[in-house]
Amino acid sequence: MSVKQETKKRGPIKLGTGDKVFYAINGLFLGLMALIVLYPLYFIIIAAISDPDAVLAGKVVLYPVQITMDGFKRILQEKSIWTGYLNTIIYTVLTVILSLVVTIPAGWALSRKTLPGKKFLMIYFIIPMFFGGGLIPFYNVMSSLGLVGSMWAIILPSVLSVWNLFMTKTFFESSIPDGLIEAAKIDGAGEYRVFTSLVLPLSKAILAVMALYYAIGQWNSYFNAMIFLQEETKYPLQLVLKEILIASENTTGGSGETILEQYRMANQIKYVSVIVSSAPVLCLYPFVQKYFSQGVMIGSLKG
Amino acid sequence: MQKVKNGPDSAALAVQPEPSKARKTWRRLRENHPFLVMVFPAVLAVFLFNYLPIYGVLIAFQDFMPGDPILGKYTNWIGFNNFTRFFTDVQFWPLMKNTFLLCIIGFVIGFPLPIIISLMLNAMKGKRMSKTLQTIFNGPHFISLVVLVGMLNLFFGRYGLVNNIAASLGAERVSYSLEASAFRPMYILSSNWQDFGWSAIIYIAALSNVDPGQHEAAILDGASRFQRVIHVDLPAIMPMISVMLIMSIGGLMGVGYEKALLMQTDGNLEVSELIATYVYKQGLTGVPDQGYATAIGLFNSVINVVLLIIANTTSKKFSENSLW
Repeated sequence: MSVKQETKKRGPIKLGTGDKVFYAINGLFLGLMALIVLYPLYFIIIAAISDPDAVLAGKVVLYPVQITMDGFKRILQEKSIWTGYLNTIIYTVLTVILSLVVTIPAGWALSRKTLPGKKFLMIYFIIPMFFGGGLIPFYNVMSSLGLVGSMWAIILPSVLSVWNLFMTKTFFESSIPDGLIEAAKIDGAGEYRVFTSLVLPLSKAILAVMALYYAIGQWNSYFNAMIFLQEETKYPLQLVLKEILIASENTTGGSGETILEQYRMANQIKYVSVIVSSAPVLCLYPFVQKYFSQGVMIGSLKG
Repeated sequence: MQKVKNGPDSAALAVQPEPSKARKTWRRLRENHPFLVMVFPAVLAVFLFNYLPIYGVLIAFQDFMPGDPILGKYTNWIGFNNFTRFFTDVQFWPLMKNTFLLCIIGFVIGFPLPIIISLMLNAMKGKRMSKTLQTIFNGPHFISLVVLVGMLNLFFGRYGLVNNIAASLGAERVSYSLEASAFRPMYILSSNWQDFGWSAIIYIAALSNVDPGQHEAAILDGASRFQRVIHVDLPAIMPMISVMLIMSIGGLMGVGYEKALLMQTDGNLEVSELIATYVYKQGLTGVPDQGYATAIGLFNSVINVVLLIIANTTSKKFSENSLW
């Protein structure tokens, strides 16, 4: 529809041969890029539902061969994956709740001109963007806070990202009209009241963006869990996946027959686990991508 | 709208015709203290997880054992010993080379690609098609590093897709994850596969603000679409490119060690060991040598800050774009 309207408005444009070639090459190249992006994802799916022998023999390239759901049946019995799943959900939900509580009010406060000590606070938050103590001091701080081995070691350091804080601040500066705040104050609303009943309802976009950013960040992270957690029952999904997808790749022992058999089975589980772990995020993504790109654009207003 | 109520604000305004400076500050503080309450949790989080570690950097100058207090009676200050030890470490030059090469090759490919893609997407005729392509290009950004490296192992493993195709063409099977020469290409290409679309968003946003009048004028002057990309679109996003350039030069040495760590195998360690992965191994695995590891980490952060300052000053000198 929109394309039609555009041509109507401008009237028929005659394309020169040069432009025709340009559009053709442009479209072709971008189409090729789309293929490069999509094919690996597509292959994971067809490999997961094909017979593992056919996959190993290289018969699965463009479409699934001898469709089987065995991989999915077997992954249902992989207890560690589901424990990891549950843990990740718990960590993600807690991170999102806490991070919103920390980030959104702080972003609002930083966007106000009357915030006492604003200059100092801005510098206070900017410095960590460019300089940090590094891994070992960070580990030692967590250790002296008594967080090593606890799930809070994964959640608490993730509740504030300074980038997200500044994104929130920029959003408030550009999208909440000052007149509205003044009017509410004249009506006798205090700062807390203004924030909870006026600002928050107007900020659904930034709440959504921040919730998504923090959620994806936590869902996909493995490193903090790897250095801080010892008990496998607390492992998040990504750490379990690391064992399945990566650790096993480079350690193989035993006789030839069993190696190949193990390889066959392990391979199928790998394809399936990639799908099972990434599906929630990738399925959600097209619906929420509007918010994600909004976030990037809010951030870019500054630049 | 409504009549002014006798709220605390108006009362405060009515009293005191000429308040002293201290009084003014005090009043400002009292009126605006809710903002301080709102910002406090964030201040606390940054203090705990960013500033305390910066204080902890002091152990880089100590002979430090895990569990020691950072400033104690028996703290053994050793000056720059940890640093000189690193500079004379046999690992020093290989680590520097690996880190720099990975970052610079990654930068040379990864920096222009999103710009080109955004220009191409913007120049498409069908806007809906362009939106669909953007959705596709952004997708891989949401795949986790563990899954991404897992996918690399699956595709480039001995019996993976790539080897199967190569074998059917008569080539030898190669375990790419064990090949040192395959590490950088796999690392860089997969990073680009994952993030070129995501990094393009910011340029696409900037391109959507280009004044259509400029394009119309260029068309009247007989410019082709390609010429308009070069002479209208590209200059329009130049400020954004400068800012991104400064930022990425500043973050050059902080490159994804989490991914490198996942991709490391005995076979590729000679090229996949980076400064940051070495810090992790020295400081947190085996017999931890934390003072030494912290010194190496500090060295890395200092290089980053210096690079950022150089990039910013240079950009300030030659254009009007800078971060500060």
